[in-house]
Amino acid sequence: MSRRGARLHIDWTACEGRGLCSEMLTEILAIDDWGYPLARDGRPEPAVPRELVAHARRAERLCPRLALRVLPEPPPTRPQGGSQLPPS
Amino acid sequence: MNEALWYTGRGAGLVTLVLLTVVVALGVASRAGRPLPGLPRFATPVLHRNASLLAVVLLGVHVGSLLFDPYAQLRLVDLMLPFAGAYRPLWLGLGTLAFDLVVALVITSLLRSRLGATAWRRIHWAAYAAWPLAVLHGLGTGTDAGTAWLRAVTAVCVLTVAMAGAYRLLLPDPATGPLGPPAPPGNRDPRLTPLTISGPPR
Amino acid sequence: MTMLDHRESRDRRTSTDDYRPLPPGAGRLLLAAHPDLATHHRHLGLLPPLAQPARLLAEIDAAGLRGRGGAGFPTARKLAAVAAGRSPVVIANGAEGEPASAKDRTLWAHAPHLILDGLQLAGALVGARRAIGYVPAGPSTASLRRALADREAAGADPIPVEIVEAPDRFLAGEESAVVSRIEGKPALPRDTLRRVVVAGVDGHPTLVQNVETLAHLALLARFGGAWFRGVGTSGDPGTFLATVSGAVAAPGVYEVAYGIPLGDLLERAGGWVGRPQACLVGGYGGAWVPADAADVPVSTAGLRPFGAAPGAGVVVALPAGACGLRAAADITRYLAGQGARQCGPCRNGLPQMAGTLTRLADRERSPALVAELERLTRLVEGRGACHHPDGTVRLVRSTLRTFPAEIDRHLAGTCGQEPMPAAGGAR
Ligand code: HEM
Ligand code: SF4
Repeated sequence: MSRRGARLHIDWTACEGRGLCSEMLTEILAIDDWGYPLARDGRPEPAVPRELVAHARRAERLCPRLALRVLPEPPPTRPQGGSQLPPS
Repeated sequence: MNEALWYTGRGAGLVTLVLLTVVVALGVASRAGRPLPGLPRFATPVLHRNASLLAVVLLGVHVGSLLFDPYAQLRLVDLMLPFAGAYRPLWLGLGTLAFDLVVALVITSLLRSRLGATAWRRIHWAAYAAWPLAVLHGLGTGTDAGTAWLRAVTAVCVLTVAMAGAYRLLLPDPATGPLGPPAPPGNRDPRLTPLTISGPPR
Repeated sequence: MTMLDHRESRDRRTSTDDYRPLPPGAGRLLLAAHPDLATHHRHLGLLPPLAQPARLLAEIDAAGLRGRGGAGFPTARKLAAVAAGRSPVVIANGAEGEPASAKDRTLWAHAPHLILDGLQLAGALVGARRAIGYVPAGPSTASLRRALADREAAGADPIPVEIVEAPDRFLAGEESAVVSRIEGKPALPRDTLRRVVVAGVDGHPTLVQNVETLAHLALLARFGGAWFRGVGTSGDPGTFLATVSGAVAAPGVYEVAYGIPLGDLLERAGGWVGRPQACLVGGYGGAWVPADAADVPVSTAGLRPFGAAPGAGVVVALPAGACGLRAAADITRYLAGQGARQCGPCRNGLPQMAGTLTRLADRERSPALVAELERLTRLVEGRGACHHPDGTVRLVRSTLRTFPAEIDRHLAGTCGQEPMPAAGGAR
């Protein structure tokens, strides 16, 4: 599974924008105007490259709202609209 | 040898109380939804979790050394079942209760993602029972109960948690603060339904 | 063989696409709408018993029936997904939170037995234990109650149907909000990780189907897939109920075939009142089609270049005298207020978008407003548990695309236009 990477699901009904994830996963997430995680690749469920999967799982465990889920399949290759942010 | 057990038990108990205080203060403060001054955001939950794991270890040392202490004559069941022992049942019972709660808090927290957020959160509120029980237990039982330094340490602990509470209450919660216009009561409010249409034909 | 059939011709094809119109005076749902059960059965016959579920499922699939609630998801795929689970629940979703839509209420009032036939059929197809009519309070509920009483007397409902009242909110009909409401919780959307078709009401696989879809299903099961595809386009077969409102002479609900040129649909509703400017297609979270594109087919493929889709069949006509920015700002404010206030980007971003668009409509002379709107749409898109933010983004983007001259006039402070006049009869 982690050979192909994964994707990060954010439960928006649970997230309170505490910002931990954006801090821990700066490669994947930026932070928006209001403190909520913003996918740098513009996908609803951003891609988690293979080498960051373990780190993303740490963020998943630490999110105080349990709002993150690392899902086993990488997102579809076709970007689904949205915009790309430059990596930090 | 017995003396050593006794001292170890008392020392570990005191450190446990301090650690639990840190744990509770971090838990309370983190609910303010902001990073603690000078710390990255992820530091709060990491410290909270690690301090609580450390507290459990010291709690083990605390009760373990007293279990083997011939003076208190604790039985294994006294460690689990509150108010059952012969030795100062009330004050000891409070400690037993706190021990059970802390163990339950840590176990459920380690299984948090499996429990689901709502169930875990309900259980986690037991922390507000566990910590005061531990404080009372420390004040009421043991050799050092009446000493000024123990009272001083206890006072600092209470003050720490109170400060964490103030930090949380005085900051507006970013997730529930005032935002945008309030939702109208129904969706057919004529002022908010800009494009009036007619009903079905016939 | 039936009155539904002989009115339809299959030979009229246009050269540019494969649109087969509904002949004048013909209709399916609206012609087969009989509020009382005896008439319903006399005209349409009993619902054929479900002998071979797999065969009917294949027929529905081949017919190309798609959801009429807005998202347009293939019905056969949803049925198959729910049927795969254990003791499923089926729901006739007629909440119709969209203010510019009246078709579901029309069906509740005039064709409850089509809806309920479809619900029973869907229930039998997936092996459901529970069936629920999710319906707004008032006349729709009353009509459903009457229909259910008649059917009980006639023994027409193998799966007993419960009634659950839908609140009068924009999002009340969102699939997962429907599930929450039926579980006794507020009608708010949930996280998408637990999919409704897998784990909906009380964890059971759940089919939430728009009432118009179910009504089509009731006819499809009787007359077959080939009949169903006899009108419409190959991509969007069949008819749909369009709610046409705004600056037209006879606003109302009309049944037409997919692929109908937008101008023809407006003609069905009595034609424009005043000079045409643009149409909002698909609902409040839809997109504008300028009036000079009157021959654009109302179909998924036809509307795609405008960023629009037939959705739930909503068309609102904006006359030349009305200000498109003002109309869009009013709708966006409304949508912002109707958010479930659960997801951060939607709670924060929608009011901010609405405020910025309102400032533009109010002729604040700051070109930065347009760039700010574009930035906000990117910040909100795809970042919620439901598609409410995405619909709002679609409207705002379409507004910026469709009314560039209007925007220039506003930024120059010279737009003297009035807001959208209320047209047609009262509701
Ligand atoms: C492995 C062990 C533990 C973990 C992973 C853990 C995790 C958490 C988390 C994620 C929060 C939510 C913070 C927020 O919403 O910002 C929290 C809150 C809290 N925790 Fe823990 N915790 C653990 C053990 C304990 C223990 C042993 C105690 C006390 C005896 C404790 C006391 C608290 C308190 C008082 C709160 C604030 C609760 C509230 O007001 O909602 N925790 N903890
Ligand atoms: S860590 Fe969790 S609650 Fe915090 S911003 Fe990220 S997803 Fe939201």
